[in-house]
Amino acid sequence: MQLTIWTYEGPPHVGAMRVASSMTDLHYVLHAPQGDTYADLLFTMIERRKTRPPVTYTTFQARDLGADTAEIFKTACREAVERFKPQAVLVGASCTAELIQDDPGGLAKTLDLGIPVIPLELPSYQKKENWGAAETFYQLVRGFAGGRTAEPKAEGARKSCNILGPTSLGFRCRDDIVEVQKLLVELGVDVNVVAPLGASPADLTRLPNADFNILLYPEIADTAARWLEREFKQPCVRTVPIGIGATHKFIREVAALAGVDPEPVIGSEDDRFSWYSRSIDSNYLTGKRVFIYGDATHAVAAARVAEKELGFKVCGLGTYSREFARDVRAAAKEYGVEPLITDDHLEIEDAIIAAQPELVLGTQMERHVAKRLRIPCAVISAPIHVQDFPARYSPQMGFEGANVIFDSWVHPLTMGLEEHLLTMFRDDFEFNDDAKASHLATIGGGGSKSGKAVQNNGAPEKVIEEPANDMVDGSPSWATDAEKELKKIPFFVRGKARRNTEAFAAQNGLALITVETLYDAKAHFAR
Amino acid sequence: MSAPDIKSAACGSSVAAPIRERGQHEVFCGLTSIIWLHRKMQDAFFLIVGSRTCAHLMQSAAGVMIFAEPRFGTAIIEERDLAGMADMNDELDQVVERLLSRRPDIKMLVLVGSCPSEVIKLDLDRAAQRLNKVHAPDRRVLSYSGSGIETTFTQGEDNFLTALVRDMPEKSETAPASLLVVGSMADIAEDQFTRIFSSLGLENVAFLPARRSTELASIGPDTKYILTQPYLGATVTELERKGATRIEAPMPLGEEGTTLWLRAIADTFDVQQDKFDAITGPGRERAKKALTHYREQLEGRRVFLFPDSQLEPAIARFLHREMGAEIVEIGTPFLHRKITQPEFDLLPDSVAVSEGQDVDKQIERCRAENPDLIVCGMGLGNPFEAEGRSTKWSIELVFSPIHGYDQAGDLAELFARPLGRRAVLEVAV
Ligand code: SF4
Ligand code: SF4
Repeated sequence: MQLTIWTYEGPPHVGAMRVASSMTDLHYVLHAPQGDTYADLLFTMIERRKTRPPVTYTTFQARDLGADTAEIFKTACREAVERFKPQAVLVGASCTAELIQDDPGGLAKTLDLGIPVIPLELPSYQKKENWGAAETFYQLVRGFAGGRTAEPKAEGARKSCNILGPTSLGFRCRDDIVEVQKLLVELGVDVNVVAPLGASPADLTRLPNADFNILLYPEIADTAARWLEREFKQPCVRTVPIGIGATHKFIREVAALAGVDPEPVIGSEDDRFSWYSRSIDSNYLTGKRVFIYGDATHAVAAARVAEKELGFKVCGLGTYSREFARDVRAAAKEYGVEPLITDDHLEIEDAIIAAQPELVLGTQMERHVAKRLRIPCAVISAPIHVQDFPARYSPQMGFEGANVIFDSWVHPLTMGLEEHLLTMFRDDFEFNDDAKASHLATIGGGGSKSGKAVQNNGAPEKVIEEPANDMVDGSPSWATDAEKELKKIPFFVRGKARRNTEAFAAQNGLALITVETLYDAKAHFAR
Repeated sequence: MSAPDIKSAACGSSVAAPIRERGQHEVFCGLTSIIWLHRKMQDAFFLIVGSRTCAHLMQSAAGVMIFAEPRFGTAIIEERDLAGMADMNDELDQVVERLLSRRPDIKMLVLVGSCPSEVIKLDLDRAAQRLNKVHAPDRRVLSYSGSGIETTFTQGEDNFLTALVRDMPEKSETAPASLLVVGSMADIAEDQFTRIFSSLGLENVAFLPARRSTELASIGPDTKYILTQPYLGATVTELERKGATRIEAPMPLGEEGTTLWLRAIADTFDVQQDKFDAITGPGRERAKKALTHYREQLEGRRVFLFPDSQLEPAIARFLHREMGAEIVEIGTPFLHRKITQPEFDLLPDSVAVSEGQDVDKQIERCRAENPDLIVCGMGLGNPFEAEGRSTKWSIELVFSPIHGYDQAGDLAELFARPLGRRAVLEVAV
């Protein structure tokens, strides 16, 4: 038994729902109690989907237990197929139905539905949402592509590929596939099938016709891609084109498989990211400490972009995707941080506080933590909330994706010159303790133009600049003037300054921290 | 001015035979009540013993995650518990131990049963007894079921209050007659009623749930109770078993509902009519004035209510009587006749009522009726809007202050807003 308050992933049947909702002409009959219908609102509210997800729930009740839950399942299944007329039906159980062992797959087979039935076995007490999505997609691919052969192609015909992995409720999937398809058009590669998003079961039967696969979201489609590789000898492009370097690598891999020239596409005019990052005003980004947490794919990609393309310093890297923990461990090693493989949000919050980052890149959960701690943040991974489905085009992949990343990670930060001003004129009333960078004015108190005392309303309970509280006895204490000097350091680096100074004092056996100690420590830790 | 006389009202009858439906229900389970209960009772922690699905439901339905550590959580049953590799009771005790040591502010721990815990017959009543031996009296442990196989949405609160009533101390023989107001309300509405009660001269008034677990009222034959929420059938049974007597009235929603509700209380405690009129007069006037702002937008509008919180009959009565709306169908997950009768007494005989649900059929009926406003849950709202229809999320009815005179206008506004918005927007779907 595990105590959980917020979770990063739902149960595996929610993963199956995400695949079902991504596709067309497919229906999912889920043996589940009425409360499980909450999952509909993930799609209709968070993603603003315009139709109900294609899911029928049996909504059995206590009084049905031991009597006719199997019959209820059969009725629901039969009626759903009559009403929605899908090409195929997925059947399965939620956590409660798993315990009553009605065997939805077996029951559906007895119904003679006249369409393919794909039974799902998703162990609710062991596995989670992404695993459920991956397993569902794999079962569908196997079920529909299995036993087929590729249609013969004319000699010298253009090469084609499948794009695998985008789903409902995935982070920016809607726009990523547009961006990736743009690259493929420029390269002269045809797209055979995109799945699961937008595909029908009939489309899945055509998967073998592609020359190779592109795996955009390993958490969802790795299992299926591996099977296709084995079954149809379709090679797989595994580089996820997030960031400039990865986009270049992706283009080269695709070009190699398709036998085309990558260079014209690599030199794309669309890449503004590279110049923006090289331009002098970005100098102040150098060494900014960034904490990264998300699904494995997005977290690893973010770490690479942060360090190698923006010049940040990764100060924390973690994931909830245990299935892909190896990739995150390898990346963490490369950037010299401890990998954080956990889905305990309290542990992650503690890690953020300890790492003292200047920017947090995470899921909606880390956004809330960062908001409370008053650290700038951007969302890079599911789980996400309604505002992470922006109305405007905002991919993460390809050149435009990199441009979007530049904007959304850099804008929350204190701007370069603004940072200098804050340091130089730290006694200015606008730069006092409660003043924020102008664009963060909504959080806590804001600089008051009228010169009135700044009121810090709605201050969060936990503020990162107060780690002094957990100082143990015997650690150095602060002289009053040193404490005053510390207050003059802008809030977003003050916590670090306090920590460094205390560590420096402890190392040197100083009991009292004076103004001198503060500046000695500054020199000691200068980067 | 006097309270409207029910019998002279234009309409009024018993519930017309409802459509009974047995198909897919599209409602939350009782766990969802915790979202407001944990805010209402400030020293209680609700520990769901369930699955990852239960935890995911709570965070999806709560929607906002601004509380770093809310006063609810889920002890997720895992494979090793089911396989018998771990003793579930030991595991639960450990979870509770860790939780209580981290949260010294918790004075009442509530174990909430879920579908999985019930299907595997994990006895949470026994667990609560066992834990009480360790933690009472400093911290009390209660249990109830919020499972989806036993309860819909607001029935979770019903079961919680039932558990609280079971725990209420017995009133001494000599204690004076008292009033118990039963059902979660916004604190602001509760405070307003408190002021009215004291002006009316009622001294012994308590609310259930109380804001703190330590403030549980005592109960006995001289306790008169009145409901503020219609979904409290099990609580009613338990209160009556303990000897309390019910004051019958419609729910205190809208000007008329609030007046009838207060009048029923005043009559029970022998408050003179002129005093009643003097005390309630200003509130009634304010409510009426607020309601006139919205009446124009709602008058003659056809409203279809999907089943959600069991508040549907009371809401329909308000919309019909005070806003002049026409009610197309009142869907309700469960029709508690005894409690809802005062609402139906004020509604036309012809109003269609459905109990239970077959959501696909109900959607078809709704489309065929083409109402002006659909009151429904979050899973259905956007799909209806995408068809060009106007909807109101029913969940707001349990999440916002709607009771009493000074919230009557707010209640009307909830329904007027989508219509007003529709009229303003020049963009189409
Ligand atoms: S319906 Fe049952 S399993 Fe589902 S969330 Fe509610 S209590 Fe948990
Ligand atoms: S702040 Fe954002 S993530 Fe948090 S609840 Fe609101 S919309 Fe969701």
